[in-house]
Amino acid sequence: MLTNEMRDIISGSVQWGWVLEPDAKRLFSLAGFDVPRYILARTHDEAALFAAGIGYPVVAKVVSPKVIHKSEVKGVVVGIDSDEKLFGAFDRFSSIEGFSGMLVEEMVSGGVELIVGAKMDEQFGPMVLLGIGGVGVEIYRDTSLKMAPLDEKDAASMITSLTAHKLLEGYRGSDPIAMDVLIQTLREFSELVMELEGLIASIDLNPVMCTAKRCVAADARIILTA
Amino acid sequence: MNLDPLFEPATVAVIGVSSTNDRHPANVIFSKNHHRYPVKVFAVNPKGGVLAGEKVFTSITAIEDTVDLAVIVARAELVGDILDECIDAGVRSAAVISGGFAEVGRNDLQERLAMRAQQAGFPFIGPNCLGIYVPNLVDTFFLPIERMVKPDPGNVAFISQSGGILVDQMIKFADERIGLSRAVSIGNKAIIKELDLLKYFARDPKTQVIAFYVEGFGKNEGRAFVLEAQKCPKPVVVMKSGKSPIGQKAVSSHTASLAGDYESFSAVLAQYGIVEAANELELVSFCESLSAYQKPIGGGIGIVTGSGGHGAMAVDACWKNGLMIPSIPQDIQDRIKQNLSPSVQPIASLNNPVDLTGSGLDEDFVTTASILSAMDDIDCVLVLLLPYLPGITSDLGSKLSAISRQLGKPFIAYVPHVEKYDMLIEGFELNGTPVSPSIEGAVLMATALRRNKPC
Repeated sequence: MLTNEMRDIISGSVQWGWVLEPDAKRLFSLAGFDVPRYILARTHDEAALFAAGIGYPVVAKVVSPKVIHKSEVKGVVVGIDSDEKLFGAFDRFSSIEGFSGMLVEEMVSGGVELIVGAKMDEQFGPMVLLGIGGVGVEIYRDTSLKMAPLDEKDAASMITSLTAHKLLEGYRGSDPIAMDVLIQTLREFSELVMELEGLIASIDLNPVMCTAKRCVAADARIILTA
Repeated sequence: MNLDPLFEPATVAVIGVSSTNDRHPANVIFSKNHHRYPVKVFAVNPKGGVLAGEKVFTSITAIEDTVDLAVIVARAELVGDILDECIDAGVRSAAVISGGFAEVGRNDLQERLAMRAQQAGFPFIGPNCLGIYVPNLVDTFFLPIERMVKPDPGNVAFISQSGGILVDQMIKFADERIGLSRAVSIGNKAIIKELDLLKYFARDPKTQVIAFYVEGFGKNEGRAFVLEAQKCPKPVVVMKSGKSPIGQKAVSSHTASLAGDYESFSAVLAQYGIVEAANELELVSFCESLSAYQKPIGGGIGIVTGSGGHGAMAVDACWKNGLMIPSIPQDIQDRIKQNLSPSVQPIASLNNPVDLTGSGLDEDFVTTASILSAMDDIDCVLVLLLPYLPGITSDLGSKLSAISRQLGKPFIAYVPHVEKYDMLIEGFELNGTPVSPSIEGAVLMATALRRNKPC
């Protein structure tokens, strides 16, 4: 299931110990996961051209091998609705340590923010985590954890065992999320993680934006084995 | 690897006995097996001599009988050669009691034992352990027999990474009259690991419940263990230590931080239907109820009590453990009422928990428990008994146990454990109904039956 291009992405990232976001997005996209449309822009023009193509608003994120947690260096700007704001973000990111470009991507909004993660456990091997995502993920700690690979029943029970599972089922007038898509995403993710055993230490897809139609991995972080 | 010689030995050699020190661990092991167990036991020391009137053999090769189990209690540096000799002499298995291996950094010495045994397909327990205890057959623990508390023979196998925890749990098992089929202290588990014993006890006709105390599995050994446990038709209980994150290294992903070692351990046990015991009270309660009932149940609990307070406490404990207290439909409440004795009819509270009050008689408990256990959404009946109530006799234990067996539904009783109430308690326990000395423990017993399946 791992293609040569996916292997190349990982071997090319060993120097940093983790996979930069555009490469991680590419890897998940190759594996069949839904990711936002994006470009790695190295100039104002590249950024503006892409934004004009998909239409505003867009999200801009700093790309640097020195920055694992982008929001901690204010390296994420959402809701950019003009070239002026886009260039402003670019110029500010340029001064962040290790700057190697700016990720410009489609802004996915609405739905519920989840985290889908993986960890290689010393005793049990590949594990999959599902939880309420976003920046508060380690505050709410509303997660469910299982050994990979997952069958349909495993994936479904991970969803129902979340304290906040009612949020996913349509709470107070909101649409229920696409449960079948989330289950399928979890299963395919667990199978990919089995393939990555020995190569990676952990993965965060956070947030995965789940709406009534799709589950999109809006951010991806892959930490490689030390 | 055939583990039968470890658990069903007819002949045992104790290697390393001392001619001068009777408190030497090897002497204690020789002496207890010689005097108290049916196995034929041989003492071995290169110097020869006589011990307790028996010849001391100068080497394992000098023994003419085939030795099923060699108990090795010599200095770590000597164990490699002794193990070679045992294998060459056709000994069938061993327990290496000696310490001084990987636990003190001498991985080289341990590796030598493991390599040789692996090549020869030779099963041995340890090193750095107490070894094996099989009731009424063999005991390699270096503890004087008069100091040990020995549970009755029964159907629970207990496997422990720590010898101390094992001996302590045996005291607690004996206290609660939980019967033991085999107890194994696996120490550094150089060759025989949790997985091997899980596979062996899954087929062992004397064992119906397999309980473990685990500090940690080796690399990827946890995965193999849970996959095997899922196939095992007998309940598997695990108590884990080393749960605190102290000493774990910092991680840079949310998932690695949220899915710590213990969080993963606990989640995987639940995923594969292994019953995790959080502490000793849970371990003892779980082993006791699973020893009586191996079939998984749903979560509906019917409660019969002689006191409203006990019923309320039990409901709280059930709720905390995710058990349900189904309400009793009016027609069934009416039926219970009609069958109660006249003095209890007007004062009993008939919804679940059914409170028969301090005036309840044996017959009222029997009637109520029978009607509740016939309900589809009740999977287990908790009987909370206050043996000091005037209407309750010491016959009630055996009467209720008979109902449980007849209707095929698990009953669990709470009775305070003091000598005075022993006949009531034995009426339950000797007839297959577990009894807890606390309400919380009784609820934990029911919890074990529900957790015993994949979730």
